[in-house]
Amino acid sequence: MASRIADFGRYTHAIVRGIPASLAKEALRSCPSEVDVVQARREHEKYQEILRTTFGLEVVELPADESLPDCVFVEDAAVVCGDTALITRPGAESRRGETKAMKEALEALNMNVVEMTDENATLDGGDVLFTGQEFFVGLSKRTNQRGAEILADVFKDYAVSTVPVQQGLHLKSFCSMGGPGLILVGSSEPAQKALKIMQQMSDHRYDKLVVPDDLAANCIYVNLPDKGHMLLHSTAEMFPESLKVLEQLKDYTLIAASNKEKTKVDGALTCCSVLINKKANISRFITPCTMWTR
Amino acid sequence: MTTEVSSETEVKEKAEESAAQLDQPEKATEETQEEVITEGEEKEKEEKEKEKEEKEKEGKEGKGISKFLPTWLKKPKSQAQEAPPSEEAISAGQQEGEGPVPEVNGHTEEVEEKETVKSEQVKETEAESHSNASADTEPAKEESAEKSPERSQETKEEQVEEKEGKEGGLRGGGGGVEGQTSIFQSPLRLVRKAKMKLVVCQVALLDGTDFTCEVEKRAKGQYLFFKVCEHLNLLEKDYFGLTYKDNHEQKCWLDPMKEIKRQIRSNNWQFSFNVKFYPPDPSLLSEDITRYLLCLQLREDVATGRLPCSFVTHALLGSYTLQAEFGDYDPDQPRPLDYINQLNIAPSQNREMEEKIFELHKSHRGMTPAQADTQFLENAKKLSMYGVDLHPAKDSEGVDLMLGVCANGLLVYKDRLRINRFAWPKILKISYKRNNFYIKIRPGETEQFESTVGFKLQNHRSAKKLWKVCVENHSFYRLNAPEPPTKARFLTLGSKFRYSGRTQAQTRLASSLIDRPSPTFERTSSKRISRSVDGAPMISITDVERDTAENGREHRLDLHSDSKSPLRVHGDNIYVRHSNLMLEDHDKTQDEVLKHQASVSQLKRSFMEAPPASPPQSNQWEKRLTSSPATAVRFQQQQVINAPSAEAAAADCTSSDTKEPTKTADVEIEETIVVQEVSKATQPALVTVAVDSPAIPPAKQETREQEVKVQEEAVVPKEAATAKQESVSSESESEDEAEYHPNVSASTHMPEVKEEEEEEDKVEEDKMADENMSAPVVASLPVEITKAAEDVCKKEEESKREEGQGGVKRNAEKEMEVGRESEESTEEPMMTPEEVPNGVALAEDAVIGLVGHAEKQEPKMNGETLLVEPRPQVICCSEPPVVKTEMVTISDTFAAQKTEIATKEVPIVHTETKTITYEAAQLDGNGDGEPGVLMTAQTITSESLCTTTTTHITKTLKGGLSETRIEKRIVITGDCDIDHDQALAQAIKEAKEQHPDMSVTRVVVHKETELAEEED
Repeated sequence: MASRIADFGRYTHAIVRGIPASLAKEALRSCPSEVDVVQARREHEKYQEILRTTFGLEVVELPADESLPDCVFVEDAAVVCGDTALITRPGAESRRGETKAMKEALEALNMNVVEMTDENATLDGGDVLFTGQEFFVGLSKRTNQRGAEILADVFKDYAVSTVPVQQGLHLKSFCSMGGPGLILVGSSEPAQKALKIMQQMSDHRYDKLVVPDDLAANCIYVNLPDKGHMLLHSTAEMFPESLKVLEQLKDYTLIAASNKEKTKVDGALTCCSVLINKKANISRFITPCTMWTR
Repeated sequence: MTTEVSSETEVKEKAEESAAQLDQPEKATEETQEEVITEGEEKEKEEKEKEKEEKEKEGKEGKGISKFLPTWLKKPKSQAQEAPPSEEAISAGQQEGEGPVPEVNGHTEEVEEKETVKSEQVKETEAESHSNASADTEPAKEESAEKSPERSQETKEEQVEEKEGKEGGLRGGGGGVEGQTSIFQSPLRLVRKAKMKLVVCQVALLDGTDFTCEVEKRAKGQYLFFKVCEHLNLLEKDYFGLTYKDNHEQKCWLDPMKEIKRQIRSNNWQFSFNVKFYPPDPSLLSEDITRYLLCLQLREDVATGRLPCSFVTHALLGSYTLQAEFGDYDPDQPRPLDYINQLNIAPSQNREMEEKIFELHKSHRGMTPAQADTQFLENAKKLSMYGVDLHPAKDSEGVDLMLGVCANGLLVYKDRLRINRFAWPKILKISYKRNNFYIKIRPGETEQFESTVGFKLQNHRSAKKLWKVCVENHSFYRLNAPEPPTKARFLTLGSKFRYSGRTQAQTRLASSLIDRPSPTFERTSSKRISRSVDGAPMISITDVERDTAENGREHRLDLHSDSKSPLRVHGDNIYVRHSNLMLEDHDKTQDEVLKHQASVSQLKRSFMEAPPASPPQSNQWEKRLTSSPATAVRFQQQQVINAPSAEAAAADCTSSDTKEPTKTADVEIEETIVVQEVSKATQPALVTVAVDSPAIPPAKQETREQEVKVQEEAVVPKEAATAKQESVSSESESEDEAEYHPNVSASTHMPEVKEEEEEEDKVEEDKMADENMSAPVVASLPVEITKAAEDVCKKEEESKREEGQGGVKRNAEKEMEVGRESEESTEEPMMTPEEVPNGVALAEDAVIGLVGHAEKQEPKMNGETLLVEPRPQVICCSEPPVVKTEMVTISDTFAAQKTEIATKEVPIVHTETKTITYEAAQLDGNGDGEPGVLMTAQTITSESLCTTTTTHITKTLKGGLSETRIEKRIVITGDCDIDHDQALAQAIKEAKEQHPDMSVTRVVVHKETELAEEED
């Protein structure tokens, strides 16, 4: 576990996608809202900038597709772990087309790409929480049992547990990994319930950090060799109380990113990128090699 | 019944030795004769011999061997007492067995009656003389000096012999037959006596080689295991174990504390050495050799897909294997594709993977084999299925699940998805009943009550197996020290299976103390090529001094080989059920329970709200009140076959664990203590409270129409019998249950265990005004029973029924002979009642019904059903009569098939059933036949650590009197260690204390012990 944990949060690449103008009107959303596409693009630009410069990732930006209003939320199109990428079958039919570009991008990165072809299966990447040691798959409006089974079949090394998502769009709409063994979770009842289930299902122990706002629990944790723990979170403007909680994290570098426009269409921070650790493909398993070198 | 068995044996002998062929009709006639005789005899001699028998019984229980002989002789008499039930049972059995050949049946019956009347006395005398003679001459006695368990077994053997002798005599009717029998018997006996039988064991080692060694036939698992470890030079052995394949091709762990022979239940002395407990952190192991062996196991696990892992992980693990086995990658050498193929690294190994393996292998340059192993383990241990032992199961809705037992607890999978997890600390109790497996969950923070989650396993065997694995895993990983054997825990009867080895904590400590230079060992990658997974070499059994004449053995061998044949019925269990009443209810209740239980798939989360496992059995009362055919039918539906065999108390201890399923047969031993109290209220109306504790669970619900039919037949006679016999009460219960309470207290977790399965003891007290706990009962239970003139209640009798599904039940002692017989397959009921003289009239009945169905022959039955109904009954006694019931079920019915059958698989189950009934005097002749009007009935079930107590309270209006009867059934399950007497005394005492205003009218102790196979 140690090596897995040590590698947790290490990334080399990120895949993102541009925001189509159709996002404003056609993107799916749980409640009606007016989206300022220009503002959204501005936020997205900043978001990519953080990935590129602050996290030092090689960012692959896929062009926006006007016919795919939700295409900016690339997370739902693929689940990447190690050198294996599972191309999902998004639960929303209008989003199925998003996987094509994602697949090509992942193949270009030499990933071991597996496609979910079962027509009975649906899976959104937003429902997949990888803790570094196991998967939790939220069973939501977008993800079903069959989808979870396929994911389990693809990532055989890991335990895959299912968690009912009673509220919100995705499992990660109210939680995310805040570091190795640390789960950030919202304070709502459904969120807490889900956390309990996850804790019960797991052989591993997770610390939890509860933030008042569910959506504020969606952060991006990155572990940089030279900078240590970094957490990309929503701005204080959006969730001031939650930020106070996050600020309790010791030895963390907190980075705020505005996500206001995208949240109107249920977009959280993690939704906008697929993070990949190319180096980790195999090295994940190889613990310090020095001990036996001559 | 015993006589019947013997007849079978004789038949076999004849067939084998003399080549004389017996016609089925002949057999049948013989059987019937025997039965009749026994009945008549019993009646006559009952009173006279009662006293003697009692004494004898006591002696038996006390392990006295010599005393057995007389009892056996007398057994037929005891049967006579219960003649009606026995006849019925027999007839039922016959019907079943004869089903295929109706003609034969008709013949036999007629003949039986006539002959029996005439020759009863003669036969008896002959039989007795015979038995005596044989007993004396037999070597078995000589052996008596051996250990007590052995003694008991031997004595049993002797008994069997005697029986045979009797049967022979009976057959002849004229007495000329006796000579034959003696001839037949003598050679066999002589052969048997030679001891020190050595058996060659083959143990498949992890490196693909086989280790062969000789062990004594009676050796315990431990002995062989240590030999293997010695051969491997392994010190950290606690993580490992030996497995064998049972008759259902299921891998089972060899219990180190029990005799091998009793576990394997076949002549297949093949084992494999495997990792039993996967160390969560292999780096903590002390020695490289231990890690190496663990690696070998894991390589196999990975290659077979048992330990699933991704492509990359396959490649990585394979590369470490290469490094460990072949050292550094050598670019000069051609790629060792050969050996990589041999290594069989992944289930789906392909070129791409091999490329990857080589690529990774290169990166391991300089790594020593030990380092490579360490890296292998470091990666393997992270796999989610590392160390998870999967067992297929279903939730209450029949959804397929997998239950995974591991170091941390119990995991529930649906397909590959984990849908629930129960960590050990969350689990309060682990139990199983029949094919149901239950865990009681500690209430969560927000929950108030404990909840029970139930799963359905394929059959009772798998449920028990899962339970055992859970007990062992919990003990190993969670306890500091193995739980001490639960000694004399009140009401702890039956199998008390516990983990007997060292716990992880202990073995770690021990490992740290290992002080030896790390042993050098050879890595033998090349060896593994030789072994093919299924092509295990045939077992060679060499009994040095074994007689080929010992039919039982040979047959078994044959059977084993046959086991693979498609004809065999796999997964069928034979349950011996004693009391049908309870069973019926049970089934219902269980179903209900299951319904209540949240379906795992649906309620993934809300698992915990399932109702408790042990449902009350209210129907028993119904049956009592109105023994309608309908109820009988119900019973029949349940197909539980119990094979109880009477064993000496001493034998019980050793035999409890032997339940390993015979090929197709399962043996259940249960101990149930039933205390019935009947008390009259001071009210004008007469109130009778019968405290009866029938806790026993439902039979297995694998109902098949065919079986049902058979059962019906059997049932009908039973009821008739009950009607006739007012005072006769027999209750039998069959259950497979076990409970384990994994209480983890601080560092030391002491799980409480409750098991019901292997033994049944029932005590019924009827109409007893006074009870003295100090009075010694058979089991040395101090119980005095005084007749209460006031008692209104009569007990019904529930006859025990045994249904063997394609299985044969036998007594351990009689295994050999029985085995033969069974193979030949004739229905032969054996009765071996023993009577103990009581100051008052004591009645003892032992009824053993043997019903054999040939699977092939009787397509209707599917060849699975065997019905044996022993009906132990009681009659008023101030002192407890002891009934020893032996049941033998034989699966084959036709003599014609004798030879063929012999070679086929015959599942044999040995059980010993002892029923002791104490009854107070009956006031009136009212039998249960008069149901009265049921006013209220309620059932309360309570469970304590080691007991399940079911209390039925019924109020009935009988002729203007209101009668309250409390029936308590206390089921005590445990292995040998339990002090049953103590438990019984306690139970009775408690019952009395709880209902001071009531009188105990009947105590029935029914004890069932599973007998391990006797080697001889």
